[in-house]
This record gives sequence, structure tokens and C-alpha cells, in this order.
Amino acid sequence: MFRLLPYMKKYRLQSVLAPFFKMTEAVFELFVPLIVAKIIDEGIGGNDEALIVRYCLLLALLALAGLALAVAAQFFSARAAVGFASEVRKGLYKKVFSLPASESDRLGTNRLITMLTGDVVQLQTGVNMVLRLFMRSPVVVIGAVVMAFIADPRGLAGGGLWFLVAVPLLALAVGGVMIFSIRRYKASRSSVEDLTLELRENLSGMRVFRSFGQEEHRKKRFEKMNDAASRALVRAGRVSALTGPFTMVIVDLGIVALLWSGAVSVKAGALSTGKLIALYNYMTQILIELIKLANLIVTVTKSAACADRVGRVLALDASLAKIPPELSGGEEEIAFEHVDLTYPDGTKALKDVSFSIGRGQTLGIIGGTGAGKSSVISLIMRYYDPTGGRILCGGRDLRSLDESALRARIGLVPQKPELFRGTVAENLRFGDPSADDETLWDALTAADADGIVRSKAGGLDAEVEQYGRNFSGGQKQRLTVARALVRRPEILILDDSFSALDYATEAKLKKSLSELSYRPTTVIVSQRASSLRRADRILVLDEGGQVGLGTHEELYASCPVYREICLSQESEGGDAQ
Amino acid sequence: MTKKEIMRRIFRYIAGEKGLTFCSFAASAVYVALTLAVPILVGRAVGTLETGKIGGIFPYLAVILACAGAGALCQWIMGEINNRISVRILRDLRADAYRKLSKLPFSYLDRVPSGDTVSRIMTDAEALVDGILMGFTQLFTGVLTVVGTVVFMLTMNVTVTLVVAVLTPLSVFFARFIARGTFRHFKKRSELQADLTAYTEETVTGRKVVRAFGREEETYAAFAEKDEKLRRISGKAIFLSSLTNPVTRFLNALVYAAVTLVGAFLCVRGGNMTVGMLTSFLAYANQYTKPFNEISGVLAELQNAFACAARVFEFLDEEEETPDPADPAEVRVTGRVGAEDVSFSYTKEQKLIEHFSLDVRPGEHIAIVGPTGCGKTTLINLLMRFYDVNAGRMTVEGVDVRALRRRDLRASYGMVLQENWIGKMSVTDNIRRGKPDATAKEVEAAARAAHAHGFISRLPQGYDTVLEENGEGLSAGQRQLICIAAVMLVDPPMLILDEATASIDTRTEKKIQDAFEKLMRGRTTFIVAHRLSTIRNADKILVMNNGSIVESGTHEELLKKGGFYARLYNAQYA
Repeated sequence: MFRLLPYMKKYRLQSVLAPFFKMTEAVFELFVPLIVAKIIDEGIGGNDEALIVRYCLLLALLALAGLALAVAAQFFSARAAVGFASEVRKGLYKKVFSLPASESDRLGTNRLITMLTGDVVQLQTGVNMVLRLFMRSPVVVIGAVVMAFIADPRGLAGGGLWFLVAVPLLALAVGGVMIFSIRRYKASRSSVEDLTLELRENLSGMRVFRSFGQEEHRKKRFEKMNDAASRALVRAGRVSALTGPFTMVIVDLGIVALLWSGAVSVKAGALSTGKLIALYNYMTQILIELIKLANLIVTVTKSAACADRVGRVLALDASLAKIPPELSGGEEEIAFEHVDLTYPDGTKALKDVSFSIGRGQTLGIIGGTGAGKSSVISLIMRYYDPTGGRILCGGRDLRSLDESALRARIGLVPQKPELFRGTVAENLRFGDPSADDETLWDALTAADADGIVRSKAGGLDAEVEQYGRNFSGGQKQRLTVARALVRRPEILILDDSFSALDYATEAKLKKSLSELSYRPTTVIVSQRASSLRRADRILVLDEGGQVGLGTHEELYASCPVYREICLSQESEGGDAQ
Repeated sequence: MTKKEIMRRIFRYIAGEKGLTFCSFAASAVYVALTLAVPILVGRAVGTLETGKIGGIFPYLAVILACAGAGALCQWIMGEINNRISVRILRDLRADAYRKLSKLPFSYLDRVPSGDTVSRIMTDAEALVDGILMGFTQLFTGVLTVVGTVVFMLTMNVTVTLVVAVLTPLSVFFARFIARGTFRHFKKRSELQADLTAYTEETVTGRKVVRAFGREEETYAAFAEKDEKLRRISGKAIFLSSLTNPVTRFLNALVYAAVTLVGAFLCVRGGNMTVGMLTSFLAYANQYTKPFNEISGVLAELQNAFACAARVFEFLDEEEETPDPADPAEVRVTGRVGAEDVSFSYTKEQKLIEHFSLDVRPGEHIAIVGPTGCGKTTLINLLMRFYDVNAGRMTVEGVDVRALRRRDLRASYGMVLQENWIGKMSVTDNIRRGKPDATAKEVEAAARAAHAHGFISRLPQGYDTVLEENGEGLSAGQRQLICIAAVMLVDPPMLILDEATASIDTRTEKKIQDAFEKLMRGRTTFIVAHRLSTIRNADKILVMNNGSIVESGTHEELLKKGGFYARLYNAQYA
């Protein structure tokens, strides 16, 4: 939780001032019962009307000061809470984009999003509460006890004793209830998370449900989870509802004890009536304060759980390993030397893979599902570092290069074509914000995507919805190819980027890519042998192992896995070449 | 949506819990009465001190204890009931929202980001219940306390009562004044929050792309800009709404001072006032402020809750798809499908399909051919009636599809696309999604027929393996095989298939091809085709381009015509 403190730095002043003002206000409030005692004992008791007026004016003055202090406290607290939330959110967001992929993949997209949206808001509420109220409660409770001893200076022989008995009892009751209810709220929260997940799934699978007539079935499922979530919430609420009754009983017992012992003292002349009333007032003040505190603690624990989650992510080490630059190996654009990759979850993705490609050449990577094709790409992009062997780029170990400088040379067309909300032009300029319209059109033409853009109202300024939802899979693939080309990359990576394209479109696209004037080094991942046929070298992967490396002809003659792939695809008729 | 409307809607939900609501009111009434009795009793107890007889205090102390015990019990009952009511209403709201969801047209589902819908159903509904329902219960006890206090005070002294009763409502006036000012800010805040959430979702999901293109800075800058806007408005909204508390507390402190002043003077001048009574009055003045504080606190909270409630009810009011006819046509589907002069487009600006007609006889195979992005989804949307035509009509067995129940229409199609949805449930449940009562044997038979049995039995728990959301961990081909098995189990008379292109390894692809052939036998089939053999063997080919159907006919006819298809064919296969 304290990991988040640095994010408060910018608002250090506000976060000190808010509780300071709040506490000062509380101290002012504590004087009220003493003043009233004075009015009763000396004013009423001594028939001194002038004194009554004077002290009542003092009460009004205290009220005015309280107002000013409270407004100031609210102001600084709102500032600090909102600012703090904003800092944490920004920090977390930045983190998401600087963490090694191994970490962010482990956390998962959904969790990251929940943290950035839900948890941060909860934190904001928590901080606001803590600054405004949390500091106030102890001041009032302890202050009331102290004041009780001041009002009745007989020490433990006087009414103060009952405060020393009641306060720990109250703390025990409130604390006990709290611990239980926090546990139950946690359970309830996880059932709400399940329900959210179910809802998301329903939204993503709606077409399937409706085509299979599953509406009823899904409804029952949702309702069942909805009921479970409700039950958990009821159970949690049941415990926390005990706070009020418990405190009420304890405080009233305290009051009775106070009155009883007070009565004896008053009769003996050891205590004035006014002082007894002051003691009674302090006891009620404690009660009111503790109830507030109990409500507060529930909110704060929720926030603390969020703070813990968020803090842990923020504390993750963002940097990939760095080794000193050294020139070794040849001049090849990309070279893998006995590379192994094991993912953090223990999955062995690649075993002893070695290959190299020269500048301007084309490497094809082929293999079945799970063969490790995308892992090779992840390594080139340096989303991951190899767990064995090394990767060279231009003769230098990847780990000695600056990540962003490395990526700036690469144009990646990812397997899943993702576009972002904005305009087509904004999406295309992703890799090169300074590109002019002509460059964009050139890239679009090369990617066979110019037609798509022309057909949209607004052309380059046509709107792209979230996730590029208003484009079909094939359109998105070609637009992502264009996006990669806009930056005129030295290395072009096509990670199974033609999967949604028909053969004719693919052929056209491949042809125009091979005619690019700047001749990028190209890495093509595909499941279609025909897509890779003309590559200078083809890497054949099978379950993470390298089973072949060579040209189409060489592999066809020597690599059984490759031959099997080719044969099975050629027998399918149309696409045999 | 006005607040009045929102209130009316909420009351409709509360009405379902009449019995409990009544109990809650009763318990809180007793609770309030008992709590209010305590200050009077304390005052009387203090009063006995002046008489000098200690013994007189004991009955009062006993009654105070009894009041405390009974009051605590009532408070507990009240808490339990209120908790139940609000949780139930939350549950009902979500259930209604879900029902709504299942009736929304795809034009809504395709347009509105799913995150927005999720946040309405989950977060906003919760805020509504927390804010409004909890608010109401506090409001009720608050008002009751106010009334009760006034009554109790009147029994003691009218003058002092007037001081309290006249001055205190001022705070409510101020609270409302403040609340009105903050509503606008809270609404704006909700909007900005939604915008930031949408942006976050999208960029975090696409984080690898962002990094591949070195766009971390720009993406962050855009995020920070949105965040800054949110920060400003949130700061304002929170500060303004939190003013309520200090202002009401200030007024209440003034009341307290006034009571002391007037009470003390009455005591001194012998105006039917004792120190004991003053004690009670001061306790009341203190407690009296509490309900007003709560009421004004609630009023401030309510602004936020109303903004959320508006979003929930807006969702519940979304236009549903046209209901199924009351008297749906019953047809025995043999596989005859038609389109009669159909025109369709998603938006008015962009015309897609115009004056399209088609007649498919039972068992015919229709190949849909065209370049990528030609609009095959549109055709599927019309066949399955995910969208309604703008003009003309789609028919099954000569009957307008709008005369059928959607369920029945969709049940007559089996659909296997390239990207197939897999739910977070067991393999068996995924396969029997269209026929939940299928036995394990039937499921296995279908899986065998779909060539899916092999890989399923290699999964850790076989058919009982619970799959991940979106079928993570399975290959695209395996997902497709599961989906084929699901279709085989349902055994529908018509099919919509999407032939695999590339993202499937060859062995799996062969299995799928084989399973497709098995499925297609004797069934009317619309197949998005890439393979020459599939296209050639089709009874009719629909050639699509840019969302509309440009040509149709048999392979030979289309070749002879020398149009778009012929060009496509020559480019691709010749």
C-alpha cells in the first residue's frame, strides 16, 4: 500500500493540509461541551446572564471557524485525491507499455484494464475519505477521552474511568466486525468479478447464442451467477450491519455507568452537574464518531486491497536485461544462434533454433499451430528475451540494443489486426507521425488497401471505431499492412497477416510487397506453403523445434514435414502453383 | 431522463418488495423512537440529581438500558432488511438488463462498445442501488428522527423547540442548492470516465502494436490529456458536492449555540426550564443535526447516483428488435430460401445490397465468392436475420422470415465461421450449446463425426475440460472443429459455412474439409468459398464485391459472361 506514496508527492502539501484543517476543526469541536458546562455551572448556577451571552457567542465563533476549516479541508482533500488517482492511473498506464511482455501477458489484458479503470477510482475514493475523515476520528475519540479527564480532574476515580473502559470495548467491537466483514466483502467481490466475466462473454458470443437458440440457457446461467453474487453481498452486509447495534449498546452502558457514578459524585459535591453533562456529551461524541469510522473503514479496506494490487504492478521491474554493446557475428540483418525460449509459465516455445537472413532477403517461417512461429516474431521484436542462445541484429546482440531504436526499424503486421479509434490517417501514421498524405496513399496502394479507404466516406479521414470494428477482418489486415509500410521499415514482419485474405488478394499483395523500392528484409509467417515459396530461406518449425531450413526446392527434397505440408495443400485444387 | 422519471422507475422496483419494505419502516420507526427516548431519560436522570435523592435515578437508568437493548435489536433488523432489499433490487436490475441485452438488435450490439454496456450493468447499477436505495433508507430514518425530535422537544418546551425547528431546515435548503450545482459536473464526469475507459481498453488490448510502432509516447500523451480532463472535472464535482457537509454542520453548530443561549436564559429567568431539560435539549440539538447532515449528505450522493441511474435506465429503454410475431408461422424447413427484391444497408449514406433476388431449392449449395471484405458478413446477417432488410423480403419455404420466430429460423441454420466463439465451460457443454439435453454419447458421436474426438480426448480432462474464455489454448482449427461438432449435434436443414483460408494447420484443415463435406450432403448450404473445387461444384455462385452482390450464376455461366467473376477467376486460378 505504501508503494503508492510517491504518487502523492505532487500533492504533498494538499495531503498534509487537508487532515491538518480537519483535525483542527475537530479540536475546536471538542471544546464545545466544556463551554456548555461552564454556562450551566457558572451562568445558570450563578445567575450570570452576561456570561451566558459571552460564552454562547464563543460557541458561534467556534462554529464559524469550523466552517472555514472544513471547507479548506474539503478543497485540499478533493484536490489531493483526484490528483493522486490521476498520477497513479498515468503511472500504471505508462507501466503497461514499458513492462516486458512476459509480465504484461502474465497479468492479462482484462486485469490491467480493471486496474486502470475500477481500482483507481476506488483508490481515489479511499484517499479522499482518509484525508477528510480518517484523521479526524482518532482525534475526536482520543480528544474526547482527554477532555473527559480535564472536565473531571479526579483522574481514574472520576468519570474518566468509564471512558477508559468504553473506548477499548468499542474499538474491539468495531474492529471485530470489520475483520469479519472485510473477509466477506472479498468473497462478494470475487463473485461480482465472475458475473462481470460472464456478462463480457455474453456480449462477445451473442451471435453464437442467438444462432444456436441458446438464449434461455444463457439466461439461466447468468441468473444463477447473479443470484450467487447477491447472496454473497447479503452475507457481507449482514456482518457489517452489526457495527451500529454493538456500539449503541456499549455506549449506552457507558452512559448509564457515567450517570450512576456521576450521581454519587454530584451528591458528594465532588462533581458539578455541568461537568457531568459535559462527560455525557463527550460519550455521545465518541459514539457518533465511531459509527462514522466503521463505515469509513469498509471503504478504506476496499481501497487498500486495490492499492495493494496496483502497487504490486507498479513495483514490477520494467526493464529488459541490458548487456554492454559488442560487435560480434557477421553482417547478417537477423541471426538466431541456438535460441531457446521458455515462457514464464513454463511452456517451452522454442528449442535450439538457428538461422540468419541477409539484408533485403526474405525469410519464410512455416509450421502447424503451436509450432513456435509467433514466438520467433516475439523474439525479433524483443517482447521477450531468449532463455538460451542469442539473437543478433546487424551483428549485435539484441540485448545490447535500445529497444525503441530496434523497433523503429521494424514494420510489424501482427497476427491479430488491431486498429484504434480515430481516423484512418491517424492509424496509418502510427509508425511515422510526420508522414504526408502521399506516403500514406503509397503505402495503401502497396497494401492493396487504397480501395477500402476510397470507398469510405471521408477517405483518409474516415472514422475508425474502437478496435477497428467497422472494418472487416480482411480490410483490417490490409490496413495494418499499410500501417507497417508507412514507416518504410528496414525489416518487415508479416505474422500470418494474410489469413483473412483470399488467394487472389494475397497474390496481389505479395507481388506489390516484393516490388517495394526500399526492399526491406522480410519475415513472413504463414501456414500456406504457397505464400512462402519464393522466400530466400524457409524455416520449418514443428512443436518448437527446427526441422528444416532452406529454399523451397531444398526443403521439398529433404524435409518430410515440409513436403507433407506442400502436398496436402496442393491436393486442394486451386492454389497449387 | 428527468429525476422524476428515474424515481418512478426505481419505485417500481421497490414495489416488488412491499412486505420487507414495510418491516424495514416499522423497525426503523421503533429504533428512532427508542433512540430519541434516551436523551429525555438522561435529562430526567440528571434532573433527579437536583432533588438530591440518589435512589430516584435507578428507574431511569434501567429504562435507558432497556431502550438501548431494544433499539440495538431494531437497528440490526433494519440493517438486515435494507441490505436484503437493496441486494435484491440490484439483482433484479441486472436480471432485467440481461433480458434487455438478449432482445437488443445487432445494430446496437455491433455499434456500442461492450465495455460501455458492461459498465452500465455492473458499475452503474451498483451505484444506483448504493446511492439511491441506501439514500432512501437514510432519508426515511432521517425524516422520522426529525419529526420525532420535534415531538419530544415540544413535550418539554415550546420556545426552545421553535428555535431548533425553525433554524435547522436552513441547512436542507443549502444542501439542495449545492446539489443542484453539482449534478451537471457529475454527469460530465461519467461521460469523461467512459471515454477514458474506452481508450484504455483499446490501447491496453493493443499494447504490443503500440510498442511495435514506438507509439508509447503519443498513446500516453492522448491518455494523459483525457485523464487531465477527467481530473479537473472530478476535482470540481467532488469538492462542490462535499461542501454540503461543512455548511450544514456550521448551521447546526449555530443552532446548538442558540439553544444553549435561549435554554440558559429560560433557566435563569425561571421560564419552565431545568438543567435536566437543557441537557436533553442539547442532546437533541446534537442529534437533530445528524439526520439533517445525513439528509443533505444523501442529497449530494444522490446526484451521482441519479447520473448512474440514468445510464442504467437508458440502457433498459434501448429499442429492442421488433418482437417475434404473436402468431408465428410454423414451417417445416426443407431448405428452400429466397430473397425477393431485397435492399439493405447499415447506414443511409452507404448503400450496399439493392434489388437482390435469389431462389435456392432444398439441398442446393451456394458458393459466396469475392475478394476479401466483399461483404459476406452482410449476407449472413440477413440470412440469420441478425439484421432486417430495408426493402423487399427474405423468405424460407416461401414465408417471409419476419413471420417466423427468430429462434425457429436460426435453429434451422448451422453456422460455422472461421473465428468461432468458445465459452468458458466444458467441451461437452460447448458442443451441446444448441441442444443442452444431449447425452454424453450423442456429444461424443458428434465430436467423432467432426473429427474432434481425437484432440478432445487428449485434453487433460477430456470432454470435461473447462475451456478458457475465447477458447484460448485451442488452435483456431480446433475451435472450428468443436463448432462443427455442435452443428452436427443439432442437425439443422441449412448451413452457413466459411471455408478456412490460412490460419489453420494442414492436418486440421483436411479434417475440417472432410467434416464440411459430410455436413453439406443433402443440406442447403451457403458457403464462403476459397477452394476451386467447392466453387465449381456449387449449384450457384454469388459474387460479391464492396458489400453488394455483383453477379450470380453457375461457374460456367459466369465464366462465359466474362465479368467480375471471370476476372477474379483468371487472376486467382488460371
